[in-house]
Amino acid sequence: MPEPILNIQGLKAFYGDFQALYGVDMYIEPGEVLAIIGANGAGKTTLMRSVTGLLSNGPGQIHFQGNDISQLRADEVAMQGLAMVPEGRQLFPSLTVKENLMIGAQVGRQGPWNLDAVYRLFPILEERKDQASTSLSGGQQQMVAIGRALMANPDLIMFDEISLGLAPIVIKDIYAALPGIINGGMSAIIVEQDIAQALKVSSRVYCLQEGRVSLEGASDKVSREEISRAYFGIE
Amino acid sequence: MDWVNAIVQGTLLGGLYALFAAGLSLIFGVMRLVNIAHGDLIVMAAYLGLTVTATVGLHPLAALAIVVPAMALIGYVLQRGLLNQTLGEDLLPPLLVTFGLSVILQNGLLEVYTADPQKMDAGALETASIAMGGLTLGVLPVLTFAIAVAVIWALQWTFYHTAVGRAFRAVSDNQDIAQLMGLNRRHVFGLAMALALGVTAIAGILLGIRTSFDPSIGGGRLIFGFEAVIIGGLGNLWGTLAGGVILGIAQTVGAKIDPGFQILAGHLAFLIILAIRPNGLFPRIAA
Repeated sequence: MPEPILNIQGLKAFYGDFQALYGVDMYIEPGEVLAIIGANGAGKTTLMRSVTGLLSNGPGQIHFQGNDISQLRADEVAMQGLAMVPEGRQLFPSLTVKENLMIGAQVGRQGPWNLDAVYRLFPILEERKDQASTSLSGGQQQMVAIGRALMANPDLIMFDEISLGLAPIVIKDIYAALPGIINGGMSAIIVEQDIAQALKVSSRVYCLQEGRVSLEGASDKVSREEISRAYFGIE
Repeated sequence: MDWVNAIVQGTLLGGLYALFAAGLSLIFGVMRLVNIAHGDLIVMAAYLGLTVTATVGLHPLAALAIVVPAMALIGYVLQRGLLNQTLGEDLLPPLLVTFGLSVILQNGLLEVYTADPQKMDAGALETASIAMGGLTLGVLPVLTFAIAVAVIWALQWTFYHTAVGRAFRAVSDNQDIAQLMGLNRRHVFGLAMALALGVTAIAGILLGIRTSFDPSIGGGRLIFGFEAVIIGGLGNLWGTLAGGVILGIAQTVGAKIDPGFQILAGHLAFLIILAIRPNGLFPRIAA
């Protein structure tokens, strides 16, 4: 087994006195596409916040490419090559489409992704490059959010609920673009409520339930029953 | 003609007020920090200018080359060392801390420079004037206004055409997401304060050439700055210039009616605008 690009061991996360994650173990190999599913409040977003450094954790709980990143700030984690497409897109409203993309390149990592490459992936963004990011449709905003993360030339990209609030036809388009993103050897984590979609594009899946991993397996091997048990916690 | 004169002189005075206000506007726009010590920082810059002109023998305007970087450095250190710790959900801690800073600065200046009013000597520039269409304009007020327009333009350009300006806007929009994009907000805030105090240095030197100053006048400059920012609309730099001009005109026209009415007229204009347009005349377009 190759060295995991991201290795999470016994991750505990807290919001003040409230504990959101109870010892999560998880890994992802280089080039792998991993899906994380789970109901609302299962801890998916907390997990993303912990990994990206928006939430500080105890030492030794998260290793990225062999380095302990558990206690780094989010900007330091980003510089190491971990990018996120946040839930709800979260574009910068004061910035144009192009400026939003350029902010992504702020980490200064070299690689195949630049403005031209993003415009090739999503041609509509080049047409709209000087518009305010808030003037775009939801799907186009999602493209900007994905492009912004790609501009950092990350080794691992995480998609948090990219289909949330989008029309099915738009979701299809976004997922159709995914192979073009990941083919370059990038690893990806896809956090989804749309289980079928998540299983289709991933090789392995984790299910979270109340802050714990309730299921882990190959995406094409897990059964519906196993998933519903892990997802809802009912027998 | 006297009224026209009052309006023109007021406009030029407004340039100085806009310079007082630009730093405040910038800091509030980027990090939602209301800096109560802003006026005292202006006065401190004037004293720094005084020290530089007295010891090195430079013309006050040449002293800008030393005072601007010095104030910028002070700004960065102040932000990283103190003010960043006060920023959070609660707006009260930065208010209290900058209020304390204001008291400390005033007393520090009093210790070092005494309470005697001081003034910077700018030589012939102080009395030079040009005749224009029946009006006589002081070269210094005209120069001050030109510098104010140039500073506002440069700030605006920095905000919308440079990487650091993009970072300012991104951090202002959403601190967490900006951090995810590799922007350390503490550093970005430090840069914003450095830029703001660089502008403050220009304001302080021009103030110190125009009038005498002593350690106690910071509060008054802060009020003028605040009023200019709020008249113009929060977070809009050209609005801040307009706010400064409106305040300046209100004061000179007020003084024309009755010399004792000058400062009050400015405050009244501010109150009226606040009552009619609580968001200022040109608020930044909401996203």
